[in-house]
Amino acid sequence: MHFAKGAVPEDYLAYVRRKYFWILGGLLLLFFMFIYSISVGEVEIPLYKVMQTLLGQKPVTKWDVGVRSIIWNIRLPQALAAIVAGAGLSVAGVVMQSILRNPLGSPFTLGISNAGAFGAAVSVVVLGTGKIQSTVADPIMINNPYLTTMVAFFFCLLATGIILLISRIRASSPEVMVLAGVALSSLFTAGTMFLQYFADDTQLAAVVFWTFGDVGRVNWLELKIMTCVVLLATIFFIINRWDYNAIDAGDETAKGLGINVERVRLVGMVIAALVSAVIVSFLGVIGFVGLVCPHMARRVIGDDQRYLIPGSTLLGGILLLASDTAARLIVSPYVLPVSILTAFMGAPIFIYLLLRGYKR
Amino acid sequence: MILCVEELEFLYRNRKILHEIAFSIEEGEIVAILGPNGVGKTTLLKCLNRILRPRGGTVHLDGNNLFDLGTMEIARLVGYVPQRVETGRLTAFDAVLLGRRPHIKWDITEKDLRIVDSVFKLLSMEKLRMAYIDEMSGGELQKVAIARSLVQEPKVLLLDEPTSSLDLRNQVEILAIIRQIVLEHGIAAVMTMHDLNQALRYADRFILLKGGKVHAHGGAEVITPQVIEEVYGLPVVIGEIAGMQCVVPGSPEVPFAHNL
Repeated sequence: MHFAKGAVPEDYLAYVRRKYFWILGGLLLLFFMFIYSISVGEVEIPLYKVMQTLLGQKPVTKWDVGVRSIIWNIRLPQALAAIVAGAGLSVAGVVMQSILRNPLGSPFTLGISNAGAFGAAVSVVVLGTGKIQSTVADPIMINNPYLTTMVAFFFCLLATGIILLISRIRASSPEVMVLAGVALSSLFTAGTMFLQYFADDTQLAAVVFWTFGDVGRVNWLELKIMTCVVLLATIFFIINRWDYNAIDAGDETAKGLGINVERVRLVGMVIAALVSAVIVSFLGVIGFVGLVCPHMARRVIGDDQRYLIPGSTLLGGILLLASDTAARLIVSPYVLPVSILTAFMGAPIFIYLLLRGYKR
Repeated sequence: MILCVEELEFLYRNRKILHEIAFSIEEGEIVAILGPNGVGKTTLLKCLNRILRPRGGTVHLDGNNLFDLGTMEIARLVGYVPQRVETGRLTAFDAVLLGRRPHIKWDITEKDLRIVDSVFKLLSMEKLRMAYIDEMSGGELQKVAIARSLVQEPKVLLLDEPTSSLDLRNQVEILAIIRQIVLEHGIAAVMTMHDLNQALRYADRFILLKGGKVHAHGGAEVITPQVIEEVYGLPVVIGEIAGMQCVVPGSPEVPFAHNL
């Protein structure tokens, strides 16, 4: 059968252009947020100075040297971590929502975040790695941050593994995946509470502190690992955007279009879980971004994964960076962990978008 | 012969759902699969494009053995319209464009857009092009689903109860569209149906399933009161109204269903 009589409709092309404008706008906003975020804080650095330093201009005055040090050692990694983590959690969320066919899909839904928290608690209380470094440089000091990260990561993977095992037995049914995630989530929360109950004061403080996700916690190496994982995963998701679109149209439609739905679901799950696991184990629990950023992006750019995946990724980066910047400014000179701010900033915007409905 | 099924057998958890299924379809034909709920009509349909994997038998599709083809190759030969279609916040044009998935390598091309556009024209639904599918009625959505299967450029269309949730006018419209496309493009269509009267009007041949087997198979002549009663367990009267064959449940002795 052949259809040759068609034209390329102008209104559709205009519609597609509008989508790209949104994405371009998001990129610009992210860039300006990025520069602004580096310039503000305890020490105010003028925007032009930020640009000069980032572009590698040699410091002239003594103040320049200090500025350079602040930017490269503190603000730049923190801003980048916020962007990467926000983008990663959000893209993991949007893919999970698609393949689980559930609007509540997010790294939380599958219990990954809580598993990470439990892992950290095990590391601190049982293995005695205790004491985590605080960004405010207070006395809670670090014994072995790498072990804590590793144990947290291990438990994130364990949670993912259990869900995959269950879903293999039940033929990758999305309902089973979501419900198993909810069950695991409660299980790990209970485990964390159990450990906290028997922990001493310092350990308890360290465990609670770990669960406050904080992007100021990463060093350059961790940032590089995180960036690689998020970048590769995002590229993978973008390559598979049509498969997620097909699954959004229903499993049977997708199968009729030649898509191996079970495999797409399983592979997507593993990668989304891996991204979440890396972020959670490096930064701690950062809620809300993975669940809500995709929905915010949907309200603006629609459900088509071709635009939704890049849109959510950008919005995740923007929201987490904005939250982190705000967290630094609100109670200055103290710095709040970003996880406290994400919901504070995101929830009102999200509720507004829910009330407003879709953009036409 | 575009589709040829021989000795097809399907098991679900070691329970035989379908067995000894054999039939063939020519280009330009519409075949209706009939039978009571739960007899395996949808299952049979899904075996024809390997959404489900039959335990035994062969399916030949345009000269190829179905089991030698990859899933994407099958999707380029067979379009499938399921009973339920999910909606989302995307335009009808994008929803139909998805049907090009089996042909897309990295991204859509201008050719894909042209094909989608011409299918919108073919189904006279240009006005719906930029409408969001989550704001559509059941009839419009069904048209989108059919359009999506057409842009696959298939040789065989499989439709699972294409008119089950539609009003009278939409039923006739959808079936007339399928009839027209099948004839004009020389493809074949297989559809499961419940409405015997619609089947009689729009299908060329009929496969009646009973107990997981083909109970009767052939043209309109196989639709007799006796066969219908054997398949559905209900007495019917078949008569002619304005030159069209009609099946009416009940009989002169048992006119009302509650007397059964």
